[in-house]
Amino acid sequence: MATETMAAETRAKRSIRWHVGVFLAPAVLVYTAFMILPLFGTLQLSMFRNIEQSQVFVGFSNFRTLFGDPNWSVNFWNALRNNVWFFIIHMLVQNPIGILLAALLSSPRLRFTAFYRTAIFVPTILSFVIVGFAWKLILSPIWGVAPHLMDFVGLKSFFTPWLGKEQYALTALSLVSVWQFVGIPMMLIYAALLSIPDEVIEAAECDGVTGMAQFWKIKLPLILPSIGIISILTFVGNFNAFDLIYTAQGALAGPNYSTDILGTFLYRAFFGFQLQVGDPNMGAAIATIMFLIILAGVCVYLFLVQTRLRRYQF
Amino acid sequence: MSLATRSLPRTVGAHAILITYTVIALFPVILVVMNSFKSRAGIFGAPLTPPTPKTFDLIGYTTVFGQGDFLHYFQNSLVVTVLSLFFVLLFGAMAAFALSEYRFRGNALMGLYLALGIMIPIRLGTVAILQLMVATGLVNTLAALILVYTAQGLPLAIFILSEFMKQVSDDLKNAGRIDGLSEYTIFFRLVLPLVRPAMATVAVFTMIPIWNDLWFPLILAPSEETKTVTLGAQLFLGQFVTNWNAILAALSLAILPVLILYVIFSRQLIRGITSGAVK
Repeated sequence: MATETMAAETRAKRSIRWHVGVFLAPAVLVYTAFMILPLFGTLQLSMFRNIEQSQVFVGFSNFRTLFGDPNWSVNFWNALRNNVWFFIIHMLVQNPIGILLAALLSSPRLRFTAFYRTAIFVPTILSFVIVGFAWKLILSPIWGVAPHLMDFVGLKSFFTPWLGKEQYALTALSLVSVWQFVGIPMMLIYAALLSIPDEVIEAAECDGVTGMAQFWKIKLPLILPSIGIISILTFVGNFNAFDLIYTAQGALAGPNYSTDILGTFLYRAFFGFQLQVGDPNMGAAIATIMFLIILAGVCVYLFLVQTRLRRYQF
Repeated sequence: MSLATRSLPRTVGAHAILITYTVIALFPVILVVMNSFKSRAGIFGAPLTPPTPKTFDLIGYTTVFGQGDFLHYFQNSLVVTVLSLFFVLLFGAMAAFALSEYRFRGNALMGLYLALGIMIPIRLGTVAILQLMVATGLVNTLAALILVYTAQGLPLAIFILSEFMKQVSDDLKNAGRIDGLSEYTIFFRLVLPLVRPAMATVAVFTMIPIWNDLWFPLILAPSEETKTVTLGAQLFLGQFVTNWNAILAALSLAILPVLILYVIFSRQLIRGITSGAVK
């Protein structure tokens, strides 16, 4: 009897379980066909060049052009530099503000937290088109809302059309992006703060650690893993950004390419602009660089940050 | 709680900072919506005051409805978002069920493979995606957008849903098996209804980026027939640069549907984030 059931079990195990395949197939097929294969296709295209109507393998020549040929390299390094600055502003402004707001929201017995949470998250759900244009209007000297507001606090003399000046435009747009996305770090840190067990906080209070000291010494080390997550999310989001710059400044990322980041540079290389014809292979080369940058960031996060931060977890 | 955390100055300070930031977050939205109901003179004369009977004017809205084919764009966006969402949820839940329910060779590897897309943006494959769409004749169709968005939404959906499906009791599923239910019936009749809250969370996370996306409509489906509302608004705003009434009205029309959906689903969204679903 026992051997029979066992035999039946082995038979059942050996027989192909078709339903597993049926459950997996649609997701795996769509995901592979429209995400993984195009990604590798793009990496592959970056090694080819269109010579006399046919694709010829050229090795790393496209990358040499991108890094060395002044027609490309000036714009490329400019876009990369701008992108790094874009990321630095997010790290220095967006994430600290997010953490501050989350810390305030999670303070015990504070009222109206649901309202604050909902309201502060509103910009995050809006489309870049809305955000880009709304801020363009607000900062516009024609409408005069920004100088008018600055007049209230006596700073009117500091107003300049920020989006129109080379030295300020990128910083101004980075801050607009910060305004839009501050809700994400706020929410994730808020969640992390809420998940700290009450016993830990109570123990700290018994030891007389309260207020600011409690935040710095007890809570901050405990939410470090979440800070790691918001940092990598910011990194991936920033090095893949395009929409906000495109809506606010157009594909040319004016004034004089001062707001050009890798996303807009990729778009121009791929589709062409003004007199230059679009070049899919150079577009693919830029996308490959973006892929490598993002991959490097994710790897640093996974191997370095994640393993070091584990120690603080329960 | 100790006295220190409840002290009055601290609470007042916290409210002051939160109120200030709430004003910063909402001000641009309110400013745009408020001014969209004003005449040109009202917009420039007193941008910070709400519309009065004297400055109230709907000229912006009449221009928008007269010029742009917004109803059609809106319909395109709705079709793309709803169908992508449907496929992401269906395929995502099926794959999540397979990964969390059955032990098979390569299970962990398959999970990792499907999770890759959470961190690597699909946008980087655009050059090859466009070639693929040209080759299959899908350029300028809504199907192209739906396929790309489905692929884009699947990794996170599978990741979140499989976490939830692991919590569904084995006893329930085994009881179903003893009663002779097929694996498909167990999935559709027993498991799916139980993970409905998680599905709602995934739905909100998936929906917002699809509705707001500009990149893929711009590249894969820029024709008049297939324009989405986001792309339509972008082009409209570009054309009517000097018509402030129309611009503000178009912006308000783009803001309102998202805002209404957000107010309806915000509890779901916030609960989803704060329950640690995206960690």
